[in-house]
Amino acid sequence: MSILSMTKTLFKSIAHGPYTVLYPIKKKDSFDRTRGKVAIEISECIYCSMCQRRCPTGAIKVDKANQSWSIERLQCIQCSYCTEVCPKKCLHMDNQYTAPSFAGVRDEFVNARIPDNKENN
Amino acid sequence: MGKRTVIPFGPQHPVLPEPIHLDLVLEDEVVVEAIPQIGYVHRGLEKLVEKKDYQQYTYVAERICGICSFMHGMGYCQTIESIMNVEIPERAKFLRTIWAELSRMHSHTLWLGLLADAFGFESLFMHSWRIREKILDIFEETTGGRVIFSVCDVGGVRKDISAETLKKIDKIMDELEKEFKEITDVFFNDASVKSRTVGVGVLSKQAAHDLGAVGPMARASGIESDMRSQGYAAYGKLDFKPIVETAGDCYARTSVRMKEIYQSIDLVKQCIAIIPEGDIKVKVTGNPNGEYFTRIEQPRGEVVYYAKANGTKYLDRVRVRTPTFANIPPLLETLKGCALADVPILVVTIDPCISCTER
Repeated sequence: MSILSMTKTLFKSIAHGPYTVLYPIKKKDSFDRTRGKVAIEISECIYCSMCQRRCPTGAIKVDKANQSWSIERLQCIQCSYCTEVCPKKCLHMDNQYTAPSFAGVRDEFVNARIPDNKENN
Repeated sequence: MGKRTVIPFGPQHPVLPEPIHLDLVLEDEVVVEAIPQIGYVHRGLEKLVEKKDYQQYTYVAERICGICSFMHGMGYCQTIESIMNVEIPERAKFLRTIWAELSRMHSHTLWLGLLADAFGFESLFMHSWRIREKILDIFEETTGGRVIFSVCDVGGVRKDISAETLKKIDKIMDELEKEFKEITDVFFNDASVKSRTVGVGVLSKQAAHDLGAVGPMARASGIESDMRSQGYAAYGKLDFKPIVETAGDCYARTSVRMKEIYQSIDLVKQCIAIIPEGDIKVKVTGNPNGEYFTRIEQPRGEVVYYAKANGTKYLDRVRVRTPTFANIPPLLETLKGCALADVPILVVTIDPCISCTER
């Protein structure tokens, strides 16, 4: 009977159990290419500001004088354009997403190198 | 003649995925006129082209729509490449075609779910979206994003798919074909589904032509209009024939989309079989100068991309004519004379994407 055409699928899915995962208890595996958030290896950074210039949303700020690199997490659109233009390849995409937040979060990374020794770095 | 009543429909309504407002003029239970109003999600993305350079704008173009995001990026890139006379590598063309066809599958499956939801078949809706999840996983594995891929770039694509993954996709396509069959059998044959779609909202071939219907809406009314036949990207090298139905009702529109899912599976498999090795991107130097029109086929229909460049890195103008915008006049035509209970199905049947329409 054509009105029961869905029955087979329904019985199959009852036998199969849920297709979704119980999120906080069981986490879904991410893939290698998953673009979660931008991560930086700050010790490698040369503060060339290439990422800041190319960022479509202006989320990245580079401060050469203070040797700091910061990103506004809510502005970032995870396009990974910055990771491609980085000449030192110190930027990469992390598989994990940023934690949810109500207000803008600016993550700042400051180089731990001793400022007195700047010339030698 | 009964007393006329006006019922406001939307912008917030359980059946509407996005905000559109319709003033429905009713005589008893029958709609005699519908007056549309849009403008709830305008974001000014076309104006943004003056602030972002032509390479950055690729990411803005992708965000015009969440469902056909890849094809917006592709349309924009094709336009700029044509202005700059850039010939992209063959492999990039095939990769674009694979992602475009997968996008079409996921868009049509999403739509099938929404249609099932519109006539109240919740389990069918759930199962349609369950299948869609597998396609989203392919996207995440190959591009890194589930909805916004950010892989299209002026001059080619930014990420390659390895031979191993292509083989895996080919296998998933075989599995999906079987799973889709279970779902589409219900849409094709189930009595309760047919009672809500057959003969509802008939759009004649002449009306579809006169009102400028595009995509599945036009093809369901017997107009053989599919931009893929132009042979952009790798479509010229694939065995492809537009799917056309003649009835022009909701059932025909559903049927066109379901057959297109199978066609997309076939096209992806064809692409995987003949994809050439080689580069995926050519280096683009300089700035575009000139203007160009591109027409490509999105899941919802034909999209027109126009760009005007002035020799600097900022473009003068980008104009996008989206398929939903073209399909609103045919929708108003089909609404005339339908029962109030059929309005949700008719609105969903054009596959409305209001974010695209307003940009």
